[in-house]
Parts: sequence; structure tokens; C-alpha cells
Amino acid sequence: MDWYPLYNSLRIAAISTVAVFFLGLLAAYYIAKLPRLVKGVLDVVLTLPLVLPPTVVGWLLLCLLGPRRPLGAWVLETFGVRMVMTWWSAIFATVVVSFPLMYRTARGAFESFDSTLADAGRTLGLSNTYIFWRIRMPYCRQGILAGMVLAFARALGEYGATSMVAGYTPGHTATISTTVYQLWRTGDDAGALKWVLVNMAVSAVFLLTVNLLESRERQARKGGAR
Amino acid sequence: MSLTVRISKQLGDFRLQADFQAENESLALLGASGCGKSVTLRCIAGILKPDEGHIELDGQVLYDSAAHIDLPPQRRQVGYLFQQYALFPNMTVRQNIAVAVRDKSRREAVVAEQLRRFHLEDVANQRPRQLSGGQQQRTALARILASRPKAILLDEPFSALDSYLKYQLELELQDTLAQFPGIVLWVTHDRGEAWRSCRRVCVMNHGVTEPVMTMEELFRHPGTQSAARLSGCKNYVSAEPMENAVRVPDWGGVTLRCAGRVPHDVTTLGIRSHHVHPAADGDENRISCTVNRAIDDVFGAIVLLRPEGAADSAPLLRMELSKEDWAAQPDKTQITVSVAPENILLLK
Repeated sequence: MDWYPLYNSLRIAAISTVAVFFLGLLAAYYIAKLPRLVKGVLDVVLTLPLVLPPTVVGWLLLCLLGPRRPLGAWVLETFGVRMVMTWWSAIFATVVVSFPLMYRTARGAFESFDSTLADAGRTLGLSNTYIFWRIRMPYCRQGILAGMVLAFARALGEYGATSMVAGYTPGHTATISTTVYQLWRTGDDAGALKWVLVNMAVSAVFLLTVNLLESRERQARKGGAR
Repeated sequence: MSLTVRISKQLGDFRLQADFQAENESLALLGASGCGKSVTLRCIAGILKPDEGHIELDGQVLYDSAAHIDLPPQRRQVGYLFQQYALFPNMTVRQNIAVAVRDKSRREAVVAEQLRRFHLEDVANQRPRQLSGGQQQRTALARILASRPKAILLDEPFSALDSYLKYQLELELQDTLAQFPGIVLWVTHDRGEAWRSCRRVCVMNHGVTEPVMTMEELFRHPGTQSAARLSGCKNYVSAEPMENAVRVPDWGGVTLRCAGRVPHDVTTLGIRSHHVHPAADGDENRISCTVNRAIDDVFGAIVLLRPEGAADSAPLLRMELSKEDWAAQPDKTQITVSVAPENILLLK
């Protein structure tokens, strides 16, 4: 059995989770400071991919990245690289689709942050960067972690936008979800079942790991309280 | 060293106008809740930005709207003790103190010194939520002192505590601050706290500061009704100034002699409840009253009196005396009381 789709799905989900982690945090941090009206508008725009059908996201991405579209054409001309139909094209799709999950959970976590802690840090001479990474982030860790888990799971399961932007090329752009569809479409039910089982196993292992980490953290906290 | 504050800031309907100067001392900023004390502290620390004005500490301009100077909090060297202490929950006591030491080469020495000084060695590796209220406050103070501030701002330091713990911590805080060489600005609504810890006071009323005065002045000559209220005076009635006396129309036109000349702009007089006594022979300023009601208090008695000829709408006169003195009163329905001339507070 060719394991390429598993490998490809995992790396796409991992890379897009890292990207969404930083993008979501930045957006959550800076948008929280904006005036209410601007915040409301940006909130809608940034959350839109969560409610749009993935095919709509895929279509919009193709409008931007396609080889005859402004950005895609420019990149092709300047770097000689096609933005679509490569394995990493799927990352654009998963980032856009999973971004709202990270952004919204991170913003919720930041809003619950006790801002006097940041004020105290500033009066004590701590830099804003230090306060962000060493006080705000640990305080909001649970929410941010939850956001990353959701974003990773969403990226791993992405099908619609990915299939439009990256297509299905065995051994090249194939992911688990596109492979399952392709095998079913060509009547290879046994092959589809194998990948369905792989997908379920990966998801189960992932969720199990998350649960283990959570309970271990809870234990560490209890230990500290002694 | 001195701290000069002259700022204004509009917050919705509320306008803050703070204007005072603190020398090398503990200055109390006394005001009712919501009068803008905390906002003033936040402006001094640089957490909030005033609309305009000037803040200067030890010759260094921290904020000046005309010169476009607005130092970030990190560079102001102003320590801030928050009401809930704002200890970093993800750090131990030791780490909380260590982050505040700017000079990394001295970090360990300073932390060790602060832990010893504040008796925190046993809990050095615990996190804030495992500490008692007192330990939390000591950690917060140790952390502030480790950052070597020129001024310390205390924002209602005991508001979160019950009265026994409050008393303990107040003693500790006084000891600590007695060794602090800089300026302490002590925000409180509690006159007792201000009296015990500060020699001078700045009264704040609806966002506006009054001139700085000594604590003695606040109690003897508060000058305004808001200051008198904050000093704990409970009886107020409108008054008409006369030569050396005031006439009180609401209390049947009784005339009360005062110590010295009465300024023309006096509109109100204030009398502290414990300055009202059952009249003895030869007392001045006698007021005959009917007893409206007597309340048994924890350590004394509170008696509400209606002066003879007082209008129904007139404020009652409140008298506080010991349980024994009240028990010794032969007549508990009609009583003549007196107030010494020097105990009549003349207010604007």
C-alpha cells in the first residue's frame, strides 16, 4: 500500500496549523484593540470561511492563485512557480478554512485575560513582547491549545477547497480525503475502506493524545498545589 | 524628590481634574468610590493617557501634552500595587519577583534579599493562588520594590480583605513603606487608614482634587462638605453666617457660637456625632431636642435627635455616646445637648 496520502495529509495539516497559530494569534490580539465597528466588520470577514461551503472557498482561492489570475500570474512570472495543483497548494485551502477556528478561540481566550496583569508587567518594566509570550500566552494557553486542536483537525479533514486548488494526483497532491473520494469514484471499495480506516485511526490517535496531554496537565497542576 | 500631577481627562460624562504635588512622603488620596482615584493612579503609571496636563517625578517629565511627552509605563519607575495584586499566576513567587529585577547580574541577590525581607522563603516555589492574602500582598510588594521604583502607588490596598487581616497587613505595609525612600501615593476611601499611614491628604470629589492639607486639618477644618464627609462627619445642616456665630434656620433658628470669625461664604455647618453631648451646666451652644430614636450600636449608643422647632424636612442631629452615658440619662425623650464652639465645622 502506498502511504503517500497519509504523509501528505499530515504535513499539510501540520504546516497549516503552525501558520494558522501565528496568523490567528496576531489577528486576535490586534483586532481586539480596534474600534467596535471595524472589529465587527473584520470579525465577519475573517469568520466567513467557517460558514462558507469549502467549494466556494476553493473557487475564490482559484480566482486569486490561478496561473492566469493576478497573483498567480505574477508569482509564475517572477519565480516560475505555479501556485495551484502542487502538494503545498492545499495549504492555502486548509489555512483559510481552519483560520476562523483558531482566530475565534484565541480571541475568546484573550478577552478573558485579566488586563491588569499586563498593566502590572508594564509598570514593572517588562517589554510588551515578554508580556505577550510569557504572561498573556500562558494565561490563555487552554483556549489557544483548543483552537490549535480544532484547526489541525479541520485541516486534516479538509476536502472541498483542497480538491479544487490542489486536485488529485497520486503520489503528488493526493491526501487521505481526496484519495477516499477518488477510490470510491473508480469503484475500488476495498481501497476506499482501507483509507477510511486509516483516517479513523489517525483521528482517534490524535484525540487520544489531546486527552492524555490535558489530563497530564491537570495532574501537574494538582501536584503543584500540594 | 517630588511628584507633580496636573492632568485632566474626560471619561464619558465624568471629568477628571487632578492637581496636586507630593513631596517625599506618604500622601493619601482620599475619595468616595468612583471619584476617579484609580484613574488618576493609572494616568501616573502610564496605563491610561490623560487628555492633557503634566506629570513630573523627581525632575523627570513623565507626561506633558504640550511637549508631546508620554513615557511608556516601563520607563516611568512607578510601582503600582493593584487591588487584587495582579501576581502572574503562571509563575512562582520567586519568578514573580525575579522578572521585576532589571539588572540581570543582580537578579539572584535581589530576589534572595526580597524573599528574606518579606518572609517569603518558605513559599518561594509556590504559585500565587496557593498563597494566603497576606503572602500575596507581600509578594506583590516585594516584586514592586525589586523593580526599584521612585514612587509607589497603592490602589485601595486592603479592599479585598476582612478586618482582622486588614489590620495585620496594614502594620506590615507601614513597616515596609517606612523604609522606602521614595514617594507613596495611598489611594483609599477609609479616613482611618489615611490617618494612620499618611501625614498629608489630597481629597478628591467627583473627579476634582482639593488642595493638599494635613490630616489634622482635614479633621479640624475640612473646609468643604465633601472633605468633611470623607473625614467621617455625619451631621450637616445649612447655616447663615453671622459675626462670630451661625444661625440654623432648619433647626428653629437656633444660633451657635463658633471659634473665631465666620467667613461670609459659609453655607453649611458640620458637627461630628461624638462632639454632641448631653449639655452640662454652663455649656454654650445648647440645643433642646426630642429623641427621635436611639440605636444600640456595638460599643456605644447612637441617638437621633430632632431639635426643637425643626422643620419636618430638616436633618436629624446624630449623637454618639458611650452606652453608660446614654444609660445614665434620666430623660430619654427630651434632652438638651451642646456642641463646643471649636467643634462646629464651617463648610462651603
